[in-house]
Amino acid sequence: MYKRLPDVAGTARAVDITIDGQVFAAREGDTVAAALLAAGYDACRTTPVTDAPRGPYCLMGVCFDCLAVIDGRPNQQTCLIPVRAGMRIERQQGAAAFGPGAAGAP
Amino acid sequence: MAREHDIAVIGGGLVGSALAYGLARLGRRVALLDEGDVAYRASRGNFGLVWVQGKGLGLAPYGGWTQRSVRRFPELAALLCEDAGVDVALEQPGGFHLCLSAAELAHRADQLARLVAQPGFERYAFDVVDRGALARRLPGIGPQVAGATYCRLDGHLNPLRLFRALHAAFLARGGSYRPNAKVEAIAREGGAFTVRTAAGRIEAGQVVLAAGLGNAPLAPQVGLRAAVRPQRGMVVVLERVRRFLDYPLSTLRQTDEGTVLIGDSQEEAGFDDTLSTAVLATLASRAVQVFPFLRNARVNRTWAALRVMSPDGFPIYEQSALAPGAFVVTCHSGVTLAAAHALDLAPRIADGDLGADLSAFTSERLNVQKAA
Amino acid sequence: MTLPQRCDVVVVGAGPAGLAAALECARAGAATVLLDEQAGPGGQIYRGITVTPMRKREVLGADYWHGATLVTALQGSAVDYVPGASVFAVTRADGGAFEVGVSCDGAAALLQAGQVILATGALERPFPVPGWTLPGVITAGAAQILMKSAGLVPEAPVVLAGTGPLLYLVAAQFARVGAAIDCLLDTTPSGRLGEVLPHAAAFLTSPYVAKGLALLREARASTRIVRGVERLEALGTGRLAAVRYAVGSRTTEIPARALLLHQGVVPNINLSNAIGCEHRWDDRGLCFTPVVDAWGATSVAGITVAGDGAGIAGAQAAEGRGTLAGLHALAALGRIGAAERDARAAGATAQVARWLRGRSFVDALYRPADAFRLPAGDTIVCRCEEITAQQVIATAKLGCPGPNQLKSFLRCGMGPCQGRLCGLTVTELIARERGVPPAEVGYYRLRFPVKPITLGELASLPQTSASTQAVVRMKAH
Repeated sequence: MYKRLPDVAGTARAVDITIDGQVFAAREGDTVAAALLAAGYDACRTTPVTDAPRGPYCLMGVCFDCLAVIDGRPNQQTCLIPVRAGMRIERQQGAAAFGPGAAGAP
Repeated sequence: MAREHDIAVIGGGLVGSALAYGLARLGRRVALLDEGDVAYRASRGNFGLVWVQGKGLGLAPYGGWTQRSVRRFPELAALLCEDAGVDVALEQPGGFHLCLSAAELAHRADQLARLVAQPGFERYAFDVVDRGALARRLPGIGPQVAGATYCRLDGHLNPLRLFRALHAAFLARGGSYRPNAKVEAIAREGGAFTVRTAAGRIEAGQVVLAAGLGNAPLAPQVGLRAAVRPQRGMVVVLERVRRFLDYPLSTLRQTDEGTVLIGDSQEEAGFDDTLSTAVLATLASRAVQVFPFLRNARVNRTWAALRVMSPDGFPIYEQSALAPGAFVVTCHSGVTLAAAHALDLAPRIADGDLGADLSAFTSERLNVQKAA
Repeated sequence: MTLPQRCDVVVVGAGPAGLAAALECARAGAATVLLDEQAGPGGQIYRGITVTPMRKREVLGADYWHGATLVTALQGSAVDYVPGASVFAVTRADGGAFEVGVSCDGAAALLQAGQVILATGALERPFPVPGWTLPGVITAGAAQILMKSAGLVPEAPVVLAGTGPLLYLVAAQFARVGAAIDCLLDTTPSGRLGEVLPHAAAFLTSPYVAKGLALLREARASTRIVRGVERLEALGTGRLAAVRYAVGSRTTEIPARALLLHQGVVPNINLSNAIGCEHRWDDRGLCFTPVVDAWGATSVAGITVAGDGAGIAGAQAAEGRGTLAGLHALAALGRIGAAERDARAAGATAQVARWLRGRSFVDALYRPADAFRLPAGDTIVCRCEEITAQQVIATAKLGCPGPNQLKSFLRCGMGPCQGRLCGLTVTELIARERGVPPAEVGYYRLRFPVKPITLGELASLPQTSASTQAVVRMKAH
């Protein structure tokens, strides 16, 4: 649960993204991790080993807990990627999926 | 004076720990001597194949020995489960050796045919599988894959878990593990062996050299030779991926944990286990040809390890005439042969005689000049 | 962003050390490329300095805004600055130059350089307490990043826990913006006087004393502080709901929506380790640092480390070390002579010395307690592979000589973070089990890639006829 400081709210353009299919107005300049937290999602995935929920932890690219699926690509470090208009973010369940039949497969 | 140990096994890798476990199971008092944490450990560089297909061209008995090990692997896996509480995730669904061109496929088929036709070779069946049939067993296979050879006897397991299980099972059977005990010298005194290590002396009635590349300087001390040299191999490891592959391939497998291992390279680079970007790139590009959809999977880590290579690539099993009770055991397929080592070779060592049927594996064969 | 194919100097990391090093090199005319994986310069200490919405200077403070001078200098310099560039490998090409593997926009490329300066900074020390993997638990540094870069603060109740100056800085910064912190659980071990007193004189004559006292005053005025916390647990199902802590024999549970953990920072050594540089155990800082000389030169010729990556000393010292590393690289390239290098180093050397004075006091005072570095039971040690303290200890008892054997037994350290969040814990647990110092136990041996790249990216790197021959062999197995 995160809130935007009053001084900061409304000082940048809104950027439309979807999280698990739902549309959110993210703030331009936010990383995807920040956008997830601002939208009320403190968990962005479940682990491949035990299905445990995890969310961003270090916010600087070293913990690899902030992983989510971005535009069909799994295991993206959301704390390193800025939001973009039209970006599709999905919380990742377990291991990344590739191969015939996986969403977003080439 | 009562001796503390019956046998000292030098080398705590897959070969040493499998032998040590087998010996401990027979009730022998075994000391397993190991180096420190950072060493040229071939055992941390294993791919995990339990593989028959293609082995033994040039030494027919190796084909039979490999098959013997593969047949007894379920037995070893069950024992390890019991003694160590570890499941090594053994799967033996058969395996494929993929070929990326018609020429490669023809060459491979021809090689296997020549292999099984060798006099004295214990024959097994293999299929030459065309692209169409392959695509059904391996969904998502790339357009450049021309076909494969398949052998029902092939399989794989989790090599790190095998390693851990052998160590734990060895301890459970009363074995004594001595890490940080690099062996400096072996002497034979009064019918027994004194092994001088970095962590003190060990006395034992028998000594087994299973120290991989370390065997070369040690073997002469007990009247044996171990003409082994390092051969570098590199592996690319991908992150965990949802299961897409149900069979091991000779150069690519998906582990029980979901990670993907990609091999296999061979370089004569001496004792250099540093990585080469070019080799990794070649491994990666072949893997992308095999399964194009893996192109977006992330490489988690890579490693290079040194295989323990004899001059002809086949194991050396030998007992010393000059120093009875000393044995040398070396091979580069520590995983595949683990069952044979633990369940077949260990009892022979315990009996003090490797047996005539393993004479093909002594270093005698290396003295013979083969006709071109 | 297009990457050049070759240059004189590659600097990895655009924090204060990297910025200073790159500027020094470019000023002398060396072709300098500055690579950083973030979207903007500043590293972590000056995170978001070009885009932060927190414009009121007194919120983030003068120390933070000092970074702006470095960034302005960067913008006016000849440094080829490449953001969004992740360095995954540094190897030697034939001919002795370095090949730096860079992943940028999902494409990998190799950049050749004569000298490489690593300025990858620090990361927060692992803080393995029960429940630390629950969503809602983040590092204090992470909270600071969210505030600096996005103006986001956690909703109450917020608990700050741990030890070290950053804790008080975050409490003060939050107070300045009116973001409530429910309480600060201070895990700084008490009864330290005997250990810290010897360093007090240096501290009192250092730049830290005035800042430190002012910060403490500010934190105390705005936040309820509980001292002497000896046990800490994050509780909740699926996400954080409460924090349980113990002071002496008294246990208290408080509701919490966010738990911000911090117990100091340690050098980020993954790249220097994978390159093969020698490292040593720093018992004062309880971490591994690369072995470097006064210029930052490592045991691998041509590789220099600058900033907190060489040893924690803060942003100002990092800037000085960056300058020294840059001068060293210039001399190694033959662009300046030794005499000129030494003359130009005087100011930076003095700056580094000034900021190193008093460090030992800070390190001694805020040395994290054993209980928070050596977890037990079900507490997760390796977050990536979900290995518990219990498992690590049991495996160490098997006689595991060190973390590499333990890694192969348990998969501990094999996840994507490559030991960044578990390595020190594992080393210390093994050390305690074996009854030897951590220096003897050692650390994970890391390999490239130090940051993940895709298989496709790896496949796109140049191959050679030798590499093809090594792999494509038409022979039976």
